[in-house]
Amino acid sequence: MSNSKFTRRGVIKTGAAAGAGLALPTIFTGAANAFTNEPGAGSVKIGFNVPQSGPYADEGLDELRAQELAVEHLNGVGDGGMLNTFSSKALGGNGILGRKVEFVTGNTNTKSDVARASAKSMIEKDGVIMINGGSSSGVAIAVQGLCQEAGIIFMAGLTHSNDTTGKDKKANGFRHFFNAYMSGAALAPVLENAYGSDRNAYHLTSDYTWGWTQQESMVASTEAHGWKTTNTVLTPVGAGDFSSYITPVLNSGADVLVLNHYGRDMINSITAAVQFGLRDKQVNGKDFQIVVPLYSELMAEGAGENIKGVYGSMNWNWQLEDAGTAAFVKSFGEKYGRPPSNSAHTCYVQTLLYADAVARAGSFNPCAVGEALEGFEFDGMGNGPTLYRAEDHQCFKDVLVMKGKENPENQFDILEKVETTPRAQVEYAPDHPMFAGGELGACNSGA
Amino acid sequence: MLGLNNRDTRFFLIVIALTLFTPFLLQPFPEGSAMAQFNAGYPDLMQRFAIYGIFAIGFNILLGLTGYLSFGHAAFLGVGSYSAVWMFKLLSLNVIPGIILAVIVSGIFALIIGYISLRRSGIYFSILTLAFAQMSFNLAYSVLTPITNGETGLQIRLNDPRILDGEGASQYTNLFGLDMSSSFKLAMGDYVFTFNAGYYFCAIIAIAAFYLSLRIFRSPFGLMLRAVKSNQHRMNYTGLNTRPYTLAAFVISGMYAGLAGGLLAAMDPLAGAERMQWTASGEVVLMTILGGTGTLMGPILGAGFIKYFENIFSKINDNILHAWFSALPDGLEGFLVTIIHPFVGKGWHLTLGLVFMLVVIFLPGGLVEGGQRIKTMFSRKKNSDAASDVKPAE
Repeated sequence: MSNSKFTRRGVIKTGAAAGAGLALPTIFTGAANAFTNEPGAGSVKIGFNVPQSGPYADEGLDELRAQELAVEHLNGVGDGGMLNTFSSKALGGNGILGRKVEFVTGNTNTKSDVARASAKSMIEKDGVIMINGGSSSGVAIAVQGLCQEAGIIFMAGLTHSNDTTGKDKKANGFRHFFNAYMSGAALAPVLENAYGSDRNAYHLTSDYTWGWTQQESMVASTEAHGWKTTNTVLTPVGAGDFSSYITPVLNSGADVLVLNHYGRDMINSITAAVQFGLRDKQVNGKDFQIVVPLYSELMAEGAGENIKGVYGSMNWNWQLEDAGTAAFVKSFGEKYGRPPSNSAHTCYVQTLLYADAVARAGSFNPCAVGEALEGFEFDGMGNGPTLYRAEDHQCFKDVLVMKGKENPENQFDILEKVETTPRAQVEYAPDHPMFAGGELGACNSGA
Repeated sequence: MLGLNNRDTRFFLIVIALTLFTPFLLQPFPEGSAMAQFNAGYPDLMQRFAIYGIFAIGFNILLGLTGYLSFGHAAFLGVGSYSAVWMFKLLSLNVIPGIILAVIVSGIFALIIGYISLRRSGIYFSILTLAFAQMSFNLAYSVLTPITNGETGLQIRLNDPRILDGEGASQYTNLFGLDMSSSFKLAMGDYVFTFNAGYYFCAIIAIAAFYLSLRIFRSPFGLMLRAVKSNQHRMNYTGLNTRPYTLAAFVISGMYAGLAGGLLAAMDPLAGAERMQWTASGEVVLMTILGGTGTLMGPILGAGFIKYFENIFSKINDNILHAWFSALPDGLEGFLVTIIHPFVGKGWHLTLGLVFMLVVIFLPGGLVEGGQRIKTMFSRKKNSDAASDVKPAE
């Protein structure tokens, strides 16, 4: 049924006309941008990509609060928070390089695919110059890869996997939060002191990059202190009901349960463990113990009674007594009526650090900003003296070892500090075997 | 042209035009205006329109022609993505080998699943495919993690082998050196139109996929599949074995899904297990039914509709709502925001669900039927107008 009116000549003619037509519009375009999403003179847009649904949603919403606060402080609204205590004074509360800071938000849904789509739309539709936030290492690694390809800066939020600044590190990605190796190095000596060196640990681990590297780090550091590992079991993220994973622990002969879980997963698994009577049990003549290597206030709040006396580590806690923490907790508390979590803190600090790096570099160009962040030493952000290491874009600072408080005074006073592990004890070489196998590559500005 | 009759040629040309002018069509509002929120002409979303369009066209070959409702098509999409990303890692960041392998692997996968599932029909077939898809999801999520990287998702790294790529080869997915992410921005006054290499690559493949589906619909093979849909028992009684036909349809539609998966990976080299989950399988069913099952254009419209909701409505948050109603008195503003809040942002599924219900109840033939009704309504009006014009003169 080939009965159309197209002739060869006609098609060629139309094709030529269409080609000429397509070539024409080039005269309409302005000068090409020097880098991706170069901001105009009036304002600059940044993107906050956080989980607003899924197992880590509580953390995401708290991050969003802190990010909004950071934008206020950058624009000179409110009391300035940590800008007053920050060791670098490049920011003056008049936006970034004189441009008003605007922001857009996205929902990662705690899934890599969704997070990436949301970040893409922020970059391509909203024209953001930097993406901050996130509450899962899987998501952080996915979004970091995307930002590298798109040529914008990624200031990671809560991501604790070794891979974020190890195997999957990227030149455009920066992490302020501590990592699984640091947790292991800080926790193991404290655990040995508290529970002795003759212990058998059973690991329940979230089945993704964070869980894997945290388990690896915890196994390595506790075994270095004489512990044995009975078994390691991977559990799906967002499993909801962990009872089928807890039952085998009862008869495994282990006397410590290490929960490499986070967010609602950790709340559910520790609740199940307590309900199964693990904490009242005696194994090998010792009291059964539970360890949660990565703590957060929001998790502790959710788990309530169940975390009393349980050890874990944190990046930062609102009860610290330095000037930076006090300033941040004050402005956060005044705005939202609650203390910030450590994921909120890290996102707040990351936003300020980015703004400061732009101000010091005098340019929004991601390569210039990256250079300003690399090897940057700062203080007054609540963690004491901190270094952004140039080799892997990881921040090095003290780590907090925390414990669930036995007699909490109010609903926010749930964790107490056991020890501040000095930075030297948690430091490692950039080519440490747990981090080896990746390379930063060259920075990409999208030009 | 191309073995199509006049009507189909016209139809096909309209589809080509719509696809090629998408960057204009989806950008109806000037930048900076309040309505710019509803612009959808950015590369990622345009690519998704084309890719999910392909996915739905393929699904429609199975559901629309044979009536077999597969609840596990996302498995093929995922398999396609994983194969493509592995090609990017091992061979080259040129998208061609990845996409070819994606189609082949998903075809083989569909052959195996189809061979087993097609022994049953109706609800049993649906459940079998659903079971296979969930199995594949769980395999990808937690068993085959060395191949799939589980929850984290499979990604490319700088130190991947990529044996075909030379020293100076692009570090991003490309077509013989043309980066998929490279865009050309056309500014005309307040309007900015983005022409993206990746989108046009997807669009051309989508047009080819649409053409193939058009030919299948019009072929004796398509007629045979329609016969299966109307009465498979009668076909069997006449001594005809329908299984090879349904299996062929299943494999073809699986390959379409694999192609879509490969393209997804080519546009954004990350393959996550979530895209194999049952929700993703359900999504393509929604797309096809929403647009119009068994019609050529329906699935594409449905895919565009759902992806638009997913990406545009989900971005409307409370701040934007407050900005919209800021002119109203405070109490009324707060009230309106509270009312609308559950339907936008995170709650976009709710709106989509309502729209879906309305479509299924009032337009069983999907959006295509809606379009046809509007068309007939207008043509009737024209007639009556003509009639009323005549009357006064008499």
